[in-house]
Amino acid sequence: MSAHLPAFGRRTALLGLAAALTLPRARVAFADAPGEARFAVVLLRGGLDGLFAVQPYGEADFRELRGALALPEPGQEGGLLDLGGRFGLHPRLTQIHAMYAANEALPVHAVAGNWRSRSHFMAQDLLEAGADHLMSSGWLNRALSALPARAGAQPTGLSVGTDLPLMMRGPTRVGTYAPRGGGTPAPDLLARIAELNAGDPVSGPAITEGLQARGYAVTALGAEAAARPQPGGAFRALAIAAGRLLAQPDGPRVAAFELNGWDTHSAQVNRLNAPLFQLDEGLGALKEALGEHWRRTAVLVVTEFGRTVRVNGTGGTDHGTGGVAFVLGGAVAGGKVGGDWPGLAQGRLFENRDLAPTTDLRSLAKGLLRDHLGLPAQAVARAFPGSEAAAPTGSLVRA
Amino acid sequence: MDLKAAIAAVRFGQGRRPGDPIPADPVAWLDSQLDPALPGPALPEDLPRDLPAIYRAFAEDTERLRAGGQGRPNQGLIVRTEMLAALTLEITANQGFRERLVAFWANHFAVARARVPYLAGHYTREAIRPHVAGRFEDMLLAVVRHPAMLAYLDNTGSVGPNSPAGQRGRRGLNENLAREVLELHTVTPASGYGQADVRAFAEVLTGWGVEGAREPFGFAFRPNAHEPGEKTVLGRTFPPGEQGGIEALRFLAHHDSTYRHLATKLVRHFVADEPPPEAVATIHGVLRDTRGDLGAATRALVRLDAAWDPPLAKFRAPYDYIVAVMRALEAPAEASDRAFGGLQYLGQPLWNPAAPIGFPDTARDWAAPEAMVRRIEWSNGIATRGAGRDAAAVAEAVLGPLCRPETLRAAARAGSARDALTLVLTSPEFHRR
Repeated sequence: MSAHLPAFGRRTALLGLAAALTLPRARVAFADAPGEARFAVVLLRGGLDGLFAVQPYGEADFRELRGALALPEPGQEGGLLDLGGRFGLHPRLTQIHAMYAANEALPVHAVAGNWRSRSHFMAQDLLEAGADHLMSSGWLNRALSALPARAGAQPTGLSVGTDLPLMMRGPTRVGTYAPRGGGTPAPDLLARIAELNAGDPVSGPAITEGLQARGYAVTALGAEAAARPQPGGAFRALAIAAGRLLAQPDGPRVAAFELNGWDTHSAQVNRLNAPLFQLDEGLGALKEALGEHWRRTAVLVVTEFGRTVRVNGTGGTDHGTGGVAFVLGGAVAGGKVGGDWPGLAQGRLFENRDLAPTTDLRSLAKGLLRDHLGLPAQAVARAFPGSEAAAPTGSLVRA
Repeated sequence: MDLKAAIAAVRFGQGRRPGDPIPADPVAWLDSQLDPALPGPALPEDLPRDLPAIYRAFAEDTERLRAGGQGRPNQGLIVRTEMLAALTLEITANQGFRERLVAFWANHFAVARARVPYLAGHYTREAIRPHVAGRFEDMLLAVVRHPAMLAYLDNTGSVGPNSPAGQRGRRGLNENLAREVLELHTVTPASGYGQADVRAFAEVLTGWGVEGAREPFGFAFRPNAHEPGEKTVLGRTFPPGEQGGIEALRFLAHHDSTYRHLATKLVRHFVADEPPPEAVATIHGVLRDTRGDLGAATRALVRLDAAWDPPLAKFRAPYDYIVAVMRALEAPAEASDRAFGGLQYLGQPLWNPAAPIGFPDTARDWAAPEAMVRRIEWSNGIATRGAGRDAAAVAEAVLGPLCRPETLRAAARAGSARDALTLVLTSPEFHRR
């Protein structure tokens, strides 16, 4: 795979930057010159269990409903990282927790798209299309068309990774960059591959033994915790590439990349350790790579749906509805858990199985497009056609 | 796609590309790939491709080093271009059976690319490929007379003790080539040869050397190094001189133990790790009756019931697996270096086995635990190249009726489109042929 962009640090003509400096300042005294805000979207494929990543430990029915998926309370051994008394982060999300303490992280609970699908492929396509029907372009690509072109600069949008997600496809030309190395599949996928091969007398035992030698537990219930997650994974490389490229003066301003491995129908407590660690590590690496530009960055982390409140028979969860999204960055007004928490009481669940969605994912994206990237209303509407009912969420970014 | 068409592509060929036409008559389709006119790897115009050009490139590299330069740029260019061209042909063309046969025979007559980098590509193209459906004796002669084999098995330095050069005392007999021709390429120890036969045959082959400095480049018989007198191998006596060597090789090519050995290897490759005796007997008979016609033997293989039923009885070696995955994802020519890298990672570096016996051909050798995890990692990395492809559609187009419902269900339940594709590519049916 070859990089499509110049080596880090090379400077092209500064025409675009010079032009930006001569524009009149925005009304608010300390706002940046337009075109300097950075935006990243991280797509988590597979349906992250929001209730596992951001646990409502203060909720009365929580432990009873969630069983083994309810981790020890903050302060206890292996306990959650406190988010202020009602919610706690999974212990692997240490960097997000640090950002939260610096008011740079805003977990938003009980979010979902405006469609209802429990199929990964359909839900991901709708999430990325930004509509309740399939489209051939994605909302982020359409939003990019409203951002001013910068003479002599790289394309404003950048997709990092070997796939070009639907979210980034469309009429606007985007850059692509793929760091080397595809990486090992997530534990959940490895377990499924092992299971698929279980009946083969040759590949079955070999794969199971090979995975065990590498430290994975491949039994359905995952008796002991999976191997300590290895630092320095592929997602971290994507995040560093995104951060460095976004930091370049003539580089992109909007980046998208993704992380798989969230579809934990079994042995969830074990199988989410590594993905959560990798997500957290990557977001920390993104912040570091952005350097001084972190203060003008917003990152939106989304997944196609949440998962069932109750644990299933194999220690996992099935496809749900309401989930969690994260809005992070130096530009973000964080330090609290956003959204409108519906609770887990009897009668408050969606179809008596899922966390009820109370915030439309599109509202979060629209709020960021409007307030962080400064897109005018028509441009936001073009990014999300037919979304009049989903008002842009306000107060996501600092004034 | 009917079962027979799928098996033809997967067992005999190297897997399907989704766009490949489905043969209406799978057996005829396989037969048609024995046509000697089928193209070989496409090489760039300016690549040194015949022996004079290759030896000139070698001389140029050597000059450069003598003048204080670094490395051998022609060597790197030649070996890399030849390998990628061969991989490209397998990944993009639709003559998988032909390519499988070339790989089989190149492995039977293995040389190590690392030992003969300038020559490995030429060797496969010129000594192996033209003969895969021809006469075994022609292939044997082409191989033993090729500079790659003569260098690899150290015959270029072998000197008869009583030859003019031997009597000057500095060098002596090297038995390597003779031993491997007897043990691996032709009659095998089952024929009952002893050390005396090995030595005698080594004497027969003294003087079989290479001219690399001037025209005519390539095989050169050196009377100076040749052991005088008649020699007796396996009960047959051969005259001195180059002609003795040619006769000895023809004798070995037509020895019944050779026919049996080749039949066993062919049946092992196309039918089962434990070659069924009836199948071996059939192919043995064809080779004997046709005096070593590999085309006839191959056609007979294709007509063996055991080669079609049960399907997927053979485990794919890394080479088979990687080519099949790349074809399934419709990889373009430019992606061949991914295949090359994958072969390194999975322990079957192209044209570079550890020993003259070549790479093994049984599941036991390739299905090691760590190797299988590496397979999964490699496929997962490659599956990103299949972005946008529907895993179920790929499974249907590439495996057809060989794909199990469980695999399709697993793909349908995957967490992402890419995961679905990885599942298909690492399913048990994909590890097999």
